[in-house]
Amino acid sequence: MRRVLSYGAAVLLAGWILVPIWFVVVGAFSTADSVYSYPLAAWPDWSLESMRFFVTSAGVPQALLSSVVVALLTGVLTLLLAAPAGYALARFVFPGASAYRLTVLATRAFPVVVLSIPLAVFFLQWGIYDTVWGVAFMHTALALPFVVLMVAGVFAGVPVDIEEAAQIFGCSRVGAFRRAVVPNAAPGLAAAGTFAVLLSYNEVFAASILTLQEPTLPVFVLTGLTQAPLPFRYAGALFLLAPAFLFILLIRKRLIGVGGPTLR
Amino acid sequence: MSVRRSLPYLLLVPSVAYLLIFFASPMVQAVGLAFTSTTGEWGLSSLAAMMSDDRFWPAVWTTVILLVVLLPIQLALALAMSMIVTGRLRGKGFWLYVFLLPLGVSELGAGILWYSIFVEQGWLNTVLQAVGIVDRPVLWLDYREPWRVIGTIVVAEAWRSTSLLVIILVGGLRAIPRDYLEAADVFHAGPWQRMRHVVLPMLRPTIRTALIVRVVLAFEVFATVIALGGTATDTLATQANRAYTEFQDAHLASAYGLAILVVSLVAVGIVLAALPTHKERGE
Amino acid sequence: MGVSRRDALRLGLGTAALGVLSACALDTSGAPGGVGSGGLVFYSTQLSTTEEAESVRRQILAGFGQQVQFVSDSSGTKLFDRVRAEAQAGTSNLALVGALQGEFATLWKEGLLRDMTDVVESLGDRGFTSRYLDLARFDGRYAFVPWISASYIMAARREALEFLPAGADLQALTYAQLLDWTRAIQQATGSARFGLPAGENGLLKRFLQGYAYPSFTGGVNTTFASPEAVGMWEWLRQIWDTANPQSVTYGFMQEPLLTGEVWVAWDHAVRLVDALQTRPDDIVSFPAPTGPRGLGYLPVLGGLSIPKAVADPQPSIDLIRHLTDPARVSTTLRTVAWFPPQDLAAIPGGLPPGVGQEAETLQRMVGTPGAVASSLAVGLGGQSGAYDKVFTDTFRGIVLDAGDVRGTLATQAAALQGVLDTAQARCWAPDPLGEGVCRVG
Repeated sequence: MRRVLSYGAAVLLAGWILVPIWFVVVGAFSTADSVYSYPLAAWPDWSLESMRFFVTSAGVPQALLSSVVVALLTGVLTLLLAAPAGYALARFVFPGASAYRLTVLATRAFPVVVLSIPLAVFFLQWGIYDTVWGVAFMHTALALPFVVLMVAGVFAGVPVDIEEAAQIFGCSRVGAFRRAVVPNAAPGLAAAGTFAVLLSYNEVFAASILTLQEPTLPVFVLTGLTQAPLPFRYAGALFLLAPAFLFILLIRKRLIGVGGPTLR
Repeated sequence: MSVRRSLPYLLLVPSVAYLLIFFASPMVQAVGLAFTSTTGEWGLSSLAAMMSDDRFWPAVWTTVILLVVLLPIQLALALAMSMIVTGRLRGKGFWLYVFLLPLGVSELGAGILWYSIFVEQGWLNTVLQAVGIVDRPVLWLDYREPWRVIGTIVVAEAWRSTSLLVIILVGGLRAIPRDYLEAADVFHAGPWQRMRHVVLPMLRPTIRTALIVRVVLAFEVFATVIALGGTATDTLATQANRAYTEFQDAHLASAYGLAILVVSLVAVGIVLAALPTHKERGE
Repeated sequence: MGVSRRDALRLGLGTAALGVLSACALDTSGAPGGVGSGGLVFYSTQLSTTEEAESVRRQILAGFGQQVQFVSDSSGTKLFDRVRAEAQAGTSNLALVGALQGEFATLWKEGLLRDMTDVVESLGDRGFTSRYLDLARFDGRYAFVPWISASYIMAARREALEFLPAGADLQALTYAQLLDWTRAIQQATGSARFGLPAGENGLLKRFLQGYAYPSFTGGVNTTFASPEAVGMWEWLRQIWDTANPQSVTYGFMQEPLLTGEVWVAWDHAVRLVDALQTRPDDIVSFPAPTGPRGLGYLPVLGGLSIPKAVADPQPSIDLIRHLTDPARVSTTLRTVAWFPPQDLAAIPGGLPPGVGQEAETLQRMVGTPGAVASSLAVGLGGQSGAYDKVFTDTFRGIVLDAGDVRGTLATQAAALQGVLDTAQARCWAPDPLGEGVCRVG
């Protein structure tokens, strides 16, 4: 009985997520006429006219490449910066830990909108304006506060005994970290990295300020999309979703881990 | 010995330095803007202008309501989803994939999507009419019924941003060594008892992290609110955005930014107080 | 065991490699007007929808000798941010700027634009009408070259036409008849089917400033709180009761017109054209109504200019020549439905149905006896946002929140005077032009 309930809950929750996405698919693959009619059809007419417009728009492949590169760079950079900080927060009690946590979060509580001119000038002067590195640096700064907290939570969840056991068996502190903590924390770290990657991929405001000739895909598509006709909005939305969905598909195995952590 | 004591601080240096470079100067400038008037004099006039705007308090109220309503709903949904993904059901990979899909949807995209669902000639009404629950389209986005509009925003946001909590909770659940769970089974603990006595306590730091992240992110959401509520529904974030992009008043926008900062810190403080950290394990 | 160290290392190196490679690889240029570094950057606040931008890249820019990057974002604030940031940093990535007259006024006031008088004079053969040339002049110098123009009109679905009040001519309605019409529709169908773009990106404020106020009161600032204004707001309140409440989310009226949620709408011609093109037999356009003081309307002018920081303006000037030549003008009209700032009567026939309807409607509107052309606010500089806010706040107070008309007008009049005083702005059409700061009445 419990099993039935669990499956039922899983199906309901999955349906709740999937049905709206199905609507986007229907809209993206329907003719303009169908999209404007009411009641809406539950099944697409399999017309490619809206999607074709996006796929063949001048500049889309470059924008897509830009987005992917920026997102991956952000993921890696953020993890590299967050790992030491997260470890410190998880393993040590020291004055200033709470202050650090709050200050780091405070950087995110301020709307990016307002920081735009100073940032643009700064980037122009540093020569990283309109480059993938520039946007990646910015996105890392945006993701860092959250990833630090997530990583701290991950490391805190790995019992100290494991590290201590490793040290007893002759590992240095760093060695214990590498051999004992990282493997157990890996799924959590992958999760935190995934968050950073997707935050970067979807981020449009800072990216639109910091790019001009090298826009990321959301900048390229979304700035025009809110004013585009409805059929294009569906197609544009699906077009934006597809790479992200692909990425999540690829990364999900890492998130589950194989077999899960064990003490031995 | 001093290396040991300074170790945590050394570990913090990369992230602190990085954030200082990027945010310090712009934030100082932005805060400065909040404390100057549009004509350049120091003072509280921009802050006063913000607070005397008749949309200010409704915006605060709506912001708080959205948060208070969303948080428990999202936490419950996320817990359910993460338990499914780490439990014993088959097809875990599939469930995880589905539950994480909304992460790939940007805020603007989600706003567009849910608008097309709730709009008068949209998906929700199509389904309701087809099933026979209503015989004419319902105006879900009717600003004259503020609770209805808030309801639509809650649904849209719950759909869009619960996945993040799922990630955090799954990470935490995965890090619970299996031996602890097996021990519970050895003692014939039922699922509820296992939850209460083993899982939730071990999950505490993770839940705290999840709540803090969610709270801070919640305050910057404005695309869904604008998409569904239009110009008749305000939160602090939409007001900040509007002040800057429509009224080109950087001072007012910064004032709102400051307000958001204060409210976020208060909210985070409440979460930290409600779920205090145990003495962190370690030296 | 999860992610192994080797995997993590591979991922990291691979990403970094991708980063380096793409920084080089993305230098390769795409199609003319595509994305990628190199070439001139043409930044515009107009023509920013996905379709319009595509038309610009593929058709309007085609045939120009050099490579051009067309970048567009409708936010005026982002344009200001960019130009200011570049001026501050001493660089100039933007070669050419396309924007609205009001946006250029702000940039001109801050000294960020090149004096374009020589370019305008060299383009005498383009035949720009004097009305538009006047709008392009600030302090006696030309700040930009007139490029595209439009105005705001109305459109309706055929099913609405049967409810027109007896004796009313669709092409010559009064505001009172409009109200009777939308009321009739509401009574017959049980749904409110009028629509105004009162959403976040909607241009309702232009309706108030350039249509409602001049038509009812004969002015805008000087008659802001006059008895005629009170009458206008009361009319607005009544017609809002017949409007679809989702109007607070509408930015572009063509969509609700196409889906049928709205049957009668007012909006910018460019934001209605899609409806007219998609369903030319089901949707018709018609001029804005006439009020007690005439038919107030707002011509919109977009132009081309060069930031002062640009070292070598010649390529940009060549691009301006290209964009304003007759063949390109015709393409612009056909593809994105923006009208040239030349005499409307000179437009050749053979336009696609939607655009053709709009051309007719515009000509009719402009030619109506008693038509009063307003100007977009000039001379407000950085206060233009605050100026618009007064109107938006007044609308919200009186119409959305159903507040007291006279009281709200009095409060907002004070705010309006504050804005005008701060900007030291003189009155502009339809108010009587004069010296000294404009006084709110």
